[in-house]
Amino acid sequence: MSKSGPILYLDGVSVAFDGFRAINKLSLVLDRGEMRAIIGPNGAGKTTMMDIVTGKTRPDEGEVFFDGQVDLTRHDEAEIAMMGIGRKFQKPTVFESHTVEDNLVLSLNGPRSIFPALFHRRSAEEARRIDDILGVTRLGDKRSTLAANLSHGQKQWLEIGMLLAQDPKLLLVDEPVAGMTDAETEETARLLKDINQTHSVIVVEHDMHFVRELGVKVTCLHEGAVLSEGTLDFVSSDERVMEVYLGR
Amino acid sequence: MTESAPRCPPLSCRTSPPQGGRSAASTLLLSWQRWRLAKVGRPAQSPPKWGRWPAGQRGARQSAVFAFLFLSLLGVFASPAHADEAALRPIIAKFAAAKNFKATEAVVQELAATGDPAVERPLAALAEGDLYFRKSDSAVFIGREARQAIKLADPLTGEEAGEEPKAAFTKIKVNNALRRSIRDALGGLTLGSPDANARIAAADTMFKTPVAANIEALDAAIAKETVGSVKLKLEQARASSVLVSDLPEDEKLAAIDIIAGVGSRDALSLLTGYEAGAEGALKDAASAAVASMNSTLALWASAQNVWYGLSLGSVLLLAAIGLAITFGVMGVINMAHGEMVMLGAYTTFVVQNIIRTSFPGLFDWSLAIALPLAFLVAGAVGLAIERGIIRFLYGRPLETLLATWGVSLILQQAVRSIFGPTNREVGNPSWMSGAFDMGELSVTWNRLWILAFSLAVFFLLLFVMKRTSWGLQMRAVTANRRMASSMGIRTPWVDALTFALGSGIAGIAGVALSQIDNVSPNLGQGYIIDSFMVVVFGGVGNLWGTLVGAFSLGVLNKFLEPYAGAVLGKILVLVLIILFIQKRPRGLFALKGRAVEA
Amino acid sequence: MIAARFLGSDRRIFIAIALLVAAAIVVPVLNVAVPAGSAFHVPPYMVALVGKYLCYALLALSLDLVWGYCGILSLGHGAFFALGGYAMGMYLMRQIGSRGVYGNPDLPDFMVFLNWKELPWFWYGFDQFWFAALMVMLVPGLLAFVFGWFAFRSRVTGVYLSIITQAMTYALLLAFFRNDMGFGGNNGLTDFKDILGFNVQANATRSALFAASAIALALGVFVTWLIVSSKFGKLLIAVRDAESRTRFLGWRAENVKLFAFTVSAVMAGIAGALYVPQVGIINPGEFEPGNSIEVVVWTAVGGRGTIIGPIIGALLVNAGKSWFTGALPELWLFALGGLFVAVTLFLPRGIVGLWDQWRDARAQRAVSVAAEAGTDIDPTPPKAIRSQSSAQAGEWAKPSGGPEPQPAE
Repeated sequence: MSKSGPILYLDGVSVAFDGFRAINKLSLVLDRGEMRAIIGPNGAGKTTMMDIVTGKTRPDEGEVFFDGQVDLTRHDEAEIAMMGIGRKFQKPTVFESHTVEDNLVLSLNGPRSIFPALFHRRSAEEARRIDDILGVTRLGDKRSTLAANLSHGQKQWLEIGMLLAQDPKLLLVDEPVAGMTDAETEETARLLKDINQTHSVIVVEHDMHFVRELGVKVTCLHEGAVLSEGTLDFVSSDERVMEVYLGR
Repeated sequence: MTESAPRCPPLSCRTSPPQGGRSAASTLLLSWQRWRLAKVGRPAQSPPKWGRWPAGQRGARQSAVFAFLFLSLLGVFASPAHADEAALRPIIAKFAAAKNFKATEAVVQELAATGDPAVERPLAALAEGDLYFRKSDSAVFIGREARQAIKLADPLTGEEAGEEPKAAFTKIKVNNALRRSIRDALGGLTLGSPDANARIAAADTMFKTPVAANIEALDAAIAKETVGSVKLKLEQARASSVLVSDLPEDEKLAAIDIIAGVGSRDALSLLTGYEAGAEGALKDAASAAVASMNSTLALWASAQNVWYGLSLGSVLLLAAIGLAITFGVMGVINMAHGEMVMLGAYTTFVVQNIIRTSFPGLFDWSLAIALPLAFLVAGAVGLAIERGIIRFLYGRPLETLLATWGVSLILQQAVRSIFGPTNREVGNPSWMSGAFDMGELSVTWNRLWILAFSLAVFFLLLFVMKRTSWGLQMRAVTANRRMASSMGIRTPWVDALTFALGSGIAGIAGVALSQIDNVSPNLGQGYIIDSFMVVVFGGVGNLWGTLVGAFSLGVLNKFLEPYAGAVLGKILVLVLIILFIQKRPRGLFALKGRAVEA
Repeated sequence: MIAARFLGSDRRIFIAIALLVAAAIVVPVLNVAVPAGSAFHVPPYMVALVGKYLCYALLALSLDLVWGYCGILSLGHGAFFALGGYAMGMYLMRQIGSRGVYGNPDLPDFMVFLNWKELPWFWYGFDQFWFAALMVMLVPGLLAFVFGWFAFRSRVTGVYLSIITQAMTYALLLAFFRNDMGFGGNNGLTDFKDILGFNVQANATRSALFAASAIALALGVFVTWLIVSSKFGKLLIAVRDAESRTRFLGWRAENVKLFAFTVSAVMAGIAGALYVPQVGIINPGEFEPGNSIEVVVWTAVGGRGTIIGPIIGALLVNAGKSWFTGALPELWLFALGGLFVAVTLFLPRGIVGLWDQWRDARAQRAVSVAAEAGTDIDPTPPKAIRSQSSAQAGEWAKPSGGPEPQPAE
């Protein structure tokens, strides 16, 4: 298989923590412009997989390629982020002592070195993009609120907004609808599908309604390896998946 | 050259002196030894115990001396007889008449020639310049000056003989040459002593200053000797004598083997000296022996360094182990940890003070009494700190650091106000004093005890953590606080008691450290940075890491010291740790895992 | 634009700078020009004392830049201060020339005493003021850069970083105590005569040094304010609150910290350089880990994460120290220790933080009162308040559910 086709290519990736194999010969391919939902019980290795893709954890073995020839195992978080992989955490992580607007200012793509930041002056283009994102994430009236004072759902949206500001090629979204109302969940699904028009996306989620809402290919992980892959209906009718979720 | 102390304790030498017609034997032995010494030319690195003699006065009477010496030494063993004090006193009295050093030396030689160990006391006193005679009746005394008066003692028995004005006495003068004669005379007196240690000492002397003429005497002594260890020493002395004799080559080769087997620095210098003058197969054998001994001695030197390092490591372990609990298990940075150590040391001081004034007989038990008290005192203070301050600061490690630093200032000043700013005297019980040799290692008892103690504390703690229900609760709380709490574990109490435990252990560390360090209000500060280094280096949250960290830092420090000096060595260690933390931010034995923080 | 920001929202900074500049002008005049009998005369000892405090304030401010804004609790800032001081001390030593006790024109007294024959290479150039001034900034800056480059790149954070900064200053303490280091060993550098040709002891020189300290502090305030109010300043706070989040946004958190740490070390070095001619001595005692921790408490008392907080803290605590060590020397360590405990327990935001909190609460009350009365008032508090409180919220804004110990990882 050629390494230049897909946006993300994992092959035979393993990582162990003190003897415990969190990821075990995991292989996964994401095509350009694809959205993929990843499900799996606790401890299946979903978050560790994201750690590996974003450079937080180095795999013990295996290949991880991004956008053709870029070997992600050779780069650290900041480099990978600059290449165009954005990540939303399971627990919403925003800069709580900053306003919503400042959170977005720090996320906007652009030069990431010290001196430009020191002498930065906001351009009209940047102001327009911030306005756009605030509109999309429905945080327009919270522009000057400290992020610490947002509700849980609003923080989730702010983090998605920060991802948008970063404008990455690939988005890794970890449990985006945890703590959201049904209406908000639907809204989020629509937003993600929107984003998927122009970006590749991996979504990790437990909420099956949400996954159904997305209507994309599903990969089920178990014990650090792919258990089953296909449409949601296919995966959820897979006996092994039922075994893992419901017990023997 | 000031060495004057005789090799055997006075009492043991006196009991039953061998005696015979050893007239002038010691003296002659002396001059022979000088001559050998000058010829062999001992290398400079040997301990300067006997010094190097000018080659000028080698005797022309060598051959006569041989026979004489031989006979007289034989006589020592052949016909032991007892001389009583009465025979010695007239000779001692001659000191009063000796008008110059030469005359005095003649008396010394006459005394030595009696071979009676009882002469040791007056000779030693003479070498110290403590021998006097009364102007009025020329009676000779050992005297000790006390202001205007002089305290008198009998020159033979050492019994006190009152105090008299100084002006009535004349000191018998000595010079360095005379002191040497005296010292050497004392050394030669003891080969036939009934005391095994004295014989060993004599054999050692002969080993270091070999004379071919000694061989027969040594042979005789070896034949008679029943104690294995003494016999070995005698054989070694014989071997060194064989080297300088005219005996055949194969005997000498065997002698080289024996000397090489001794392995001490003295043996090395003997052989090095011999190698320089030897030829052919003997030279080769000697060179080989020297080479192997050099490497052995280098090994011993490393072993000594390892020992020093282990000793330092045990101190570090003691200081750090309590910290390993509070920092590793609870994540609390306790900057007052060093002050807990200090409190333990002061507890020891108080206990010893009470014992000194009220129960002097219990002094050897003072540390045993201080240990539980120190644990309680430091533990109680720790408990108070946890309940009063730290529990409000959990999850804010940097603030905990600042608050406990404040506590440490308060504790230091409190101790300074109560006990004063100066060092306090804490004594070593008898079983912790002194030192012993192990091969070429010199080991002090207090360091050895502290090493044993630190290991005992470590394993006790390990036992508490792994095998008791309290330890189980502690580990449960560490692993998952909420879960532990919902299982019915009273987590606040576990926190408090864990902190108290860590502090208490610091307290008992203080008891041990009071034995080797100055007990002052600043005691703790000296350990805090080192202990943190140990814990961080070893890996936080892992007791074994602390053990390995403490000992490896200790040994590393001591190995750097010879090259870099003590201070620079310490700086280097600090720099190395700083670099090490860069490489492994979580220490040697860090747990790996998917970090919880996002 | 800077001027607008300056006069508009950050009034406090403007006032602080204005006060400092005014002090730099007025105090020397009152000391030198006003006769000693006058009520307005500032006695020389006061000039020296307050001048010293201003250096401490600059040191506290430099610590605040890394601790308050970037979350790096350095327990080794005293080392940068002392290095700057030593660089200045070396210049002052060279100015003594042949007026030393031994009268050697080439070597400082302690080198003659130690039987050194020639000046070590690292003393070259220190007879020139410009070189010494460069070294005052370069040496601490370089040390901070190298140290930080190692530490931040390998992600040593939190208490680990604090401990190794402490080890760093401790190692320097040991090193500078050594005679053969060539910095005067135990006694350090002292017996200074001239600075730039003026007598160090003279009243006018002391006043000038005071003015220089005040101006340096004012500049320090201005530079710090420029930094923290830029986008980079927002980034600093972001790194403080959620370092790994900034990485996943593509920022190099280690470079952010490294820049702040280095700038801060340079500021600390300048503070040390101004301190030494005013106290007349620099010795290894300045490297004591305890000194560095004391700086932390100044900053904490005044309020970290604010610009004027550390200045207020340094002035207050040191004034207290002067008073205590004069009146009740026995009790000073109790007081200082108690201050550490009290500030961390009861005053985590320091004096300035407390003040802001109180003002915030009052503004909130006014808003709610106004709302009840039906008046239309902009519900967001004025920007000055917001930026102040936002600067502090981070470290203390912990998730709810009481404090709990976290085993160190």
